[in-house]
Amino acid sequence: MLYALLGGFGVAALAPWLHQLFGRHSGWALAVWPATLFIYFASMLSGVNDGPVLIRHDWIPSLGIQLSFMVDGLSLLFALLISGIGVFIVAYAGRYLEQHQDLGRFYAILLAFMASMLGLVLSDNLISLFVFWELTSITSYLLIGFNHEDAAARRSALQGLFVTVGGGLALMTGLIMLAMVGGSYELSALLSQGDVIREHAWYAPILALILLGAFTKSAQFPFHFWLPNAMAAPTPVSAYLHSATMVKAGIYLLARLNPALGGTQLWLTVLGGVGAITLFIGIWLALRSTGIKKVLAYSTVMALGTLTMLIGLGTDIALSAAMAFLLAHSLYKGALFMIAGIIDHGTGSKDLRDTGGLFRAMPITAVTASVAALSLAGVLPMFGFVAKELLFESVLSSAAFWITMLVIAGTAMTVAVAALIGILPWYGKNAATKKTPHEAPPALLAGPIVLATLGLLFGLFAPLVDERLLGAAVSAVAGSSVTPNLALWHGINVALGLSALTLALGLCLYFWRDKFRHYTRFTDTLAKAGPERGYDASISWLVKISAWQTRFFQSGYLRYYLLIILLTFMALVWTVMLIHWPALSMGINLQGIQLHEYALVFVLVAAALAAARSESRLGAVASLGAVGFTVALLYVMFSAPDLGITQVLVETLTVILLVLVLFRLPGFLRLTSTALRLRDAMVASAVGITMTCLLLFAADARLYDSISHWHVAQSVPGGYGRNIVNVILVDFRALDTLGEIFVLALAATGVLAMIRLRAEDKSR
Amino acid sequence: MSTLLATAVGVLYATAIYLILRRSIVKLVIGLVLLSNAANLLIFTSSGLTRYAPPLIPEGADMVLNGVVADPLAQALILTAIVIGFGVLAFAVVLIHRAYEVVKADDMDQMKDTDT
Repeated sequence: MLYALLGGFGVAALAPWLHQLFGRHSGWALAVWPATLFIYFASMLSGVNDGPVLIRHDWIPSLGIQLSFMVDGLSLLFALLISGIGVFIVAYAGRYLEQHQDLGRFYAILLAFMASMLGLVLSDNLISLFVFWELTSITSYLLIGFNHEDAAARRSALQGLFVTVGGGLALMTGLIMLAMVGGSYELSALLSQGDVIREHAWYAPILALILLGAFTKSAQFPFHFWLPNAMAAPTPVSAYLHSATMVKAGIYLLARLNPALGGTQLWLTVLGGVGAITLFIGIWLALRSTGIKKVLAYSTVMALGTLTMLIGLGTDIALSAAMAFLLAHSLYKGALFMIAGIIDHGTGSKDLRDTGGLFRAMPITAVTASVAALSLAGVLPMFGFVAKELLFESVLSSAAFWITMLVIAGTAMTVAVAALIGILPWYGKNAATKKTPHEAPPALLAGPIVLATLGLLFGLFAPLVDERLLGAAVSAVAGSSVTPNLALWHGINVALGLSALTLALGLCLYFWRDKFRHYTRFTDTLAKAGPERGYDASISWLVKISAWQTRFFQSGYLRYYLLIILLTFMALVWTVMLIHWPALSMGINLQGIQLHEYALVFVLVAAALAAARSESRLGAVASLGAVGFTVALLYVMFSAPDLGITQVLVETLTVILLVLVLFRLPGFLRLTSTALRLRDAMVASAVGITMTCLLLFAADARLYDSISHWHVAQSVPGGYGRNIVNVILVDFRALDTLGEIFVLALAATGVLAMIRLRAEDKSR
Repeated sequence: MSTLLATAVGVLYATAIYLILRRSIVKLVIGLVLLSNAANLLIFTSSGLTRYAPPLIPEGADMVLNGVVADPLAQALILTAIVIGFGVLAFAVVLIHRAYEVVKADDMDQMKDTDT
């Protein structure tokens, strides 16, 4: 399993090279990899009804992060879809982008995406699931922006990335909280903890965060706007990522977590409501669009809304409907997108208004398109019909009235959309096209034909699909064993009546489509003021805020950097001190201080203040000397003779050096106003008080014994020296001293270099 | 006594920060000297103050006589710090002198440009 997944990244890395090796047949050659994976996953089908298979590898054991995989009905359904459709997409891309110079790079990203997507649906560990989740966002970004010389493609790519990665951030928080509540990072363990999770106080925030991640990824309202824009990607990408697989990652997550999070009133309301709204808005906008890919993209939004709504309803029949709908949608939408690419490839038209009568030039494509469109419309005997019947039955039995109405209206409009795709371009009078229409080559046709045929066969043999594939998937979503009972014929009932009604309504809508477009113009203004406007505004605010904060923090003035650092330092220190205030005690003790010690400290303080206030350079240096020598005296008085000696020596040198150099510099000027001086004085005093308080608190608290007892004891026997400080410096901590010597040598070199530089300047 | 020294450390920090916040680069250097003194004294005070017990072992003995001795480790650290502080100061002083020769001003606001 690990090799099957990580091998995908290896193949992706080799893809550009393989592309050069196989030349124009590289598409078929590379399709071998997904085909192998498909066979591998198909071989697991027989065991899937016996319960999930778990496979574990340690990844970061110290953090409890494992590369663990779970194969059950749900993940296997997705894995089969990803690898199966992947075969045709890779072969298709090889021909579709034949002329493109970066085809090798395209393969690499596409195969990397496939590996990430498989990892996402097979992961058992939440962290690795999240990593794969983000990898799909990144590869999607690269694929949407594949034609990177096009500004619109770049913008769409960035938009998709921001929306999905923003949701990903929320998802990560939600997943971590979920793991904290459920006590495990393994999905297999969490799914049985549903009751604990649903009762927990964090349930609502966890749900909100995870839903944010799932809704952004699966383009639910109000995040639906990025998906149609993502159609800037080459058509194989639209067919694969933005219809059959990646956008279903959010649906996968919802379905996967249904046993852990689902079944509450909140879950029902949010998923049912958002799903139904997305469904209706998606199909409405689809009917208002004329670009072939735009129509398909919006109808994908509709499908994603339907799936969300069905998972939200959560009854056994709704979950069966969800899985059947998911399978049906992947088949017909994958096929239709590839056909949209064929139309573009064969005629140069991207718009429905520029096409017509193509049946004569490309009959095979036309028939395939019609079959796929029949499944989209949900006509007997296609698999789409089976899914739609289940959809009706589940909303009739458990959804609110307004949701049922939206579903019926949406389904009728779907029929109209299916007619737009399945009839309009093919029949009727010929439209003038940029290129002379010609039938597509086998590499382009293979995918649509196979997928559309499967849509028909699955419909005819629905019970078999149920038994072999969907039963296990629905059971995995429900968390208990469920038999979906898929069948083509459910008898004459309300659902069948609704099917007939929506079919008739949809066809009427198709014939009066121009009138519909005319009377619904007003919604375009609404759509323009919609969520995409919000996205644009938040992006421009983001830029403004980051520009402002850069100007604020990176002012280029040392004093402002220092002010920020000091204020942050004090805020942090005082927060901690105030939190622990009751436990702290100031070790104030003025007993036993002798008069000369008072005098010494008085001199020290007076000299420091004089140095700060001095208006002349020499005065400041003299005060500095006084401070230094007083400190030296303090060292001597408190048993540190070595420090005293060093300090006197260094202080003498310092004063000499400063006098020598400062003598050549101009006198102090008054550069800042009194108000600014006052501000700085206040900040400085606050820092001083903070340090004093810290020291007073620390004086009273020694948590651990000093390690210097060892140094004292070992000085003579270990270091053969009687001055313990010296022994530490040259023996116990000799490496520190070596470092110190290096620093001094470096400083000396620098000084020498600058003096030399000056001498050369003068000699010139 | 540590209470008294803690106050002194506070004053040293305050004056050092005040000087570092000035525009004059000479004052900045003076502030740096004060700051290193303040830090050294902070470590010295917090390691505990001991009178009349330098960390020396008398001739002929293997150990300190009565067992109480000032903390030698803190002193070793401070000694290193004093010397390095001097190295940094020497470098800084030559640097500001050089900078003054180029910019002709003791004002950091005139040193914001990268090319001079």
